[in-house]
Amino acid sequence: MINASLVELRRALDARQISSVELATLFLDRITALNPQLNAFITVDRDGALTAARAADARIAAGDAGPLTGIPLAHKDVFCTEGVLTTCASKMLGNFVSPYDAHVVSLLKAAGAVSLGKTNMDEFAMGSSNENSYYGPVKNPWDATRVPGGSSGGSAAAVAARLAPIATGTDTGGSVRQPASFCGITGIKPTYGLVSRYGMVAFASSLDQGGAFGASAEDCALLLSAMTGFDERDSTSLERPAEDYAAALAAPAAGKPLDGLRIGLPREFFAEGMADGVRTAIEAALAQYRALGATTVEVSLPNAKLAIPAYYVIAPAECSSNLSRFDGVRYGHRAAEYTDLADMYGKSRAEGFGAEVKRRILVGTYVLSHGYYDAYYLQAQRLRRLIAEDFKAALAQCDVIAGPTVPNTAWALGEMADDPVQMYLSDIYTIAVNLAGLPGLSHPCGFDAQGLPVGLQLVGDYFSEARLLATTHRFQQATDWHRQRPACAQ
Amino acid sequence: MSLSNEQVGHIARLARIALTDAEIESTRAKLNDIFALIEQMQAVDTTGVAPMSHPQELATRLRPDIVTETDRREAFQKVAPQTEAGLYLVPKVIE
Repeated sequence: MINASLVELRRALDARQISSVELATLFLDRITALNPQLNAFITVDRDGALTAARAADARIAAGDAGPLTGIPLAHKDVFCTEGVLTTCASKMLGNFVSPYDAHVVSLLKAAGAVSLGKTNMDEFAMGSSNENSYYGPVKNPWDATRVPGGSSGGSAAAVAARLAPIATGTDTGGSVRQPASFCGITGIKPTYGLVSRYGMVAFASSLDQGGAFGASAEDCALLLSAMTGFDERDSTSLERPAEDYAAALAAPAAGKPLDGLRIGLPREFFAEGMADGVRTAIEAALAQYRALGATTVEVSLPNAKLAIPAYYVIAPAECSSNLSRFDGVRYGHRAAEYTDLADMYGKSRAEGFGAEVKRRILVGTYVLSHGYYDAYYLQAQRLRRLIAEDFKAALAQCDVIAGPTVPNTAWALGEMADDPVQMYLSDIYTIAVNLAGLPGLSHPCGFDAQGLPVGLQLVGDYFSEARLLATTHRFQQATDWHRQRPACAQ
Repeated sequence: MSLSNEQVGHIARLARIALTDAEIESTRAKLNDIFALIEQMQAVDTTGVAPMSHPQELATRLRPDIVTETDRREAFQKVAPQTEAGLYLVPKVIE
């Protein structure tokens, strides 16, 4: 049951082979057994989960069940959950019991999904290894000496280790796709604006986007369908009707499954910097895509290498502004002793924020300060347009862009902890997608020589989530990489 | 570009983050690494390129001028460090 797909779980719940309470208990017991090693959860909400599961069982009995009614899930601790601790993995919010639900959380509650708890992450979603958590690093379920990726490392590890069948995440520069790649699962970041940011603790508002984790594209499609839709409380929420991504997975009537699909391969992503084990797995996956009927064409993203420097101006600038709200007055940590208001601000923030968060606030404060704004912030925004235009030109020649999600597989805990810039550079393939605001997906496509999962990233045009999910679904119908599980989930 | 300890201290004060001298010193090295990365941007001529502040070209939405929020002061102040009589308490700022 722990490795069942959402479709199988739905069938079992509807046929009364298992109740939602039994299903929630099964996963809660796995969390109790495995979380001490993995540290994937910050908060486990057993009582809340069982209450929600009982309500779901009543809905199922009344014939009022939707696709997710009674299905357990985990929320990244960046989403506000009413009455439940919402820490963002920061000491700053270590005592914050949210008085309201994020839009995503209320949508999933209304769908009858059962939240098991809140997953660990890099503090305020800043990091690529989950080592920047006040609550300690998450361990990769495939190898506990390695990182799970970040920032949504807890959600990715929880799904990989089958502590939850599905989980929510957020992706500002790769924070869904990169941990999905490191943990051997599927993760999708939709087009910017599709998932409401209301109640999602803000990091960089023009880049932050909620996303979905599951074992397969099918599971992600079911979760994402329930997360998207217009929300007037988010000023950048797009006024589009919600789509049924799961319905879009149905197979074509005739021919090869991917006949006519043109896959663009960015020259720059395949040139250098990719680990051998990653390259081998990616090339084998592309051969599989061709066998399914797709054709591949070389495309170019000439400004992609500028994405990292541009991102490390734009994201810190927005972060320094967003995180100014943490002042020790209305919520969050306040220093115990201070002399005056300025001292209270300075000490509360010094004590409440971790080292990486402080660094990014300082970078952002500097680039936005008088006399530097044009040289840094405006220049970064100009590069952002060049990067978005590169994608537009590339996507005129192909239907989806494919390449590795990350140049390497999961690195060892501590390996890059003292070298932030080295870690920033590992997000080379994911960050540009956020700057453009395009949808991106990572799916497992093999293992390297150390037995660590490799992820393949697909990027499509705005609002092409259905195509990304359907393309991955075809691949997953023909392969079984998405069915591989670490030892702890067998 | 290379930041001095004085500059790091100034930025930290602007950002309202109290750093000790030792923290300023260790932060400075890492910030300089980050700015070395950022400096790569300056090699690109972006004359005539319009800054892109956002992925979607959105106009600000308007809504009817009606009350949408209910009074939840008690719930919101429950998470505040210090309140009294419905007010947030901070150190005295006006003599």
